[in-house]
Amino acid sequence: MEYVSPEGLRLDGRRPMEMRQLRAEIGVVAKADGSAMFEMGNTKVIAAVYGPREVQNRSQQITDQALVRCEYSMANFSTGDRMRKPKGDRRSTEISLVIRQTMEACILTNLMPRSQIDIFVQVLQADGGTRSACINAATLALADAGIPMRDIVTSCSAGYLNSTPLLDLNYVEDSAGGPDVTVGILPTLDKVTLLQVGFHLYSMWLQRTEC
Amino acid sequence: MRNLQLSLNQTQKIRLQTALEKLESLSSKSNSNSCVTVADSIPIYEDGILKGHGTSDRKGELVATVCGVVERINKLIYVRTLRSRYKPETGDIVIGRVIEDYDHTMVFQIYFMDLAVSVEAKASFLRKKTHMCTHTAKENLCSSFKIELIAPPLTGAVHQSLRRRTAVDELNMRSIFTENDLVCAEVRSSQNDGSLQLQARSQKYGKLEKGQLLMIDPYLVKRRKQHFHHLEQYGIDLILGCNGFVWVGEHVEARDTIVVNDSEQLAKKSGGTSMDLDEQVENHTPPETRQNICRIANAIRVLSALGFNVILEVIMETVKLSNTMNLDIHEMLGSEFYVLVAEKEAERRSSLSQKEKVILACNLRTKF
Repeated sequence: MEYVSPEGLRLDGRRPMEMRQLRAEIGVVAKADGSAMFEMGNTKVIAAVYGPREVQNRSQQITDQALVRCEYSMANFSTGDRMRKPKGDRRSTEISLVIRQTMEACILTNLMPRSQIDIFVQVLQADGGTRSACINAATLALADAGIPMRDIVTSCSAGYLNSTPLLDLNYVEDSAGGPDVTVGILPTLDKVTLLQVGFHLYSMWLQRTEC
Repeated sequence: MRNLQLSLNQTQKIRLQTALEKLESLSSKSNSNSCVTVADSIPIYEDGILKGHGTSDRKGELVATVCGVVERINKLIYVRTLRSRYKPETGDIVIGRVIEDYDHTMVFQIYFMDLAVSVEAKASFLRKKTHMCTHTAKENLCSSFKIELIAPPLTGAVHQSLRRRTAVDELNMRSIFTENDLVCAEVRSSQNDGSLQLQARSQKYGKLEKGQLLMIDPYLVKRRKQHFHHLEQYGIDLILGCNGFVWVGEHVEARDTIVVNDSEQLAKKSGGTSMDLDEQVENHTPPETRQNICRIANAIRVLSALGFNVILEVIMETVKLSNTMNLDIHEMLGSEFYVLVAEKEAERRSSLSQKEKVILACNLRTKF
């Protein structure tokens, strides 16, 4: 299948290095301490942060830093065919872990000892790049909750199809089976906090991407 | 202003919009460059500064770690967050609910925003644990269970009859507070394990009865000299807790008498006699007072929904406005009243800023 037309346009009319439209909204969940909605094109994610609050399970309490927990779920209506089990499967557990680790890296957890921060992320519409959209939404929600952080984490995905590097893959491009990489960075500190590569990425492609 | 869901008609929308724009134009002029977001650098104008909350050091540069407004007090620089959980400070007046009584200490819930989960799961949800230890003076013990003080031993000079609390006192505490009682207290200190100690220094603190509790965002309540207000014209006590809990209740003269009554009642109940008529009359809250409580509570609801600071003057103005409009209590939560309150607040603030200008001009004139 042709993912990039001879004119250099992608299936949804974007250039290879073009992102989808971004839209963010803060304060969408009334009872949460901080909340945000983040949209990347048709991908739509909602995040809510509760805390810092007392640790619910005493045995998990850490005496010198805060406990960060994250729960990722997909709404039943988020994908093309209705999802049976929106959370608890292998993929959600893995993404929960990824988001938790990324957020833990930027929250100043040592300032809030013996407390717990809960991050709940839910995908309302899935159209590729849910991982990066979730991280962006979670960061905004944390900033809204007034939790001290090193920097704002920003994340985006990229892929390689039809011997062209593509930025911010949508669902069709994501499921095409090419390599994809999700990067999360702290822009002002200039550090990478998340780097995930799916599929094999050959070094010759990498050279081609550089030029 | 967040999560304000009103069904406004077209004119109301426009009026609200203009009122809010007016408010914005009034506030943004003063310090627009002091707003920071996470990882923004904060300019330093002098040497030897002290880093406060919400700041950190990055390669010799001062950066913000939260979103908010930069505050400078002498050499101290800190960032005040726009919205965050209540951070207790010593001397704050808070209102809390007793959630459990374990290990010889009362545990109070002083901050939960989550109404939905608070009822069933109150023991585990959204709370800051606080310990309250009673220290009853000896002579009080026989006559009444007065929550006299939860005293720092250092003030022993004032309270001569201080002694170590005993198991008897702990049992007595049970008769003063039970689960789900509302209590007003002052933050005494925070322990290094993250828990707080509360104290009820004088008669005005203690159990709260006959009134309404409102839970608003804690950043709307500013720390002030006076948090207890007695509104004589309405016969109402208003307590603005720093943790965002606001108490509107019937005025009580001296709180300890209530406690005495309670304990006597308890004794009577245990003796098998029912409450007699006198006491019922005594405990009855007249309907006018109840209406006043509701009116004031609704005024606070409107103000907090609009995101205005909840201070006494503004509350009273809102109540007056509703009275002059001849609105029923339930009508205060209608969209028309929201718009009116927003307009009134814009007017008030603009007149305040004009007054400031006049005062400034007068000062200048007297100088030269």
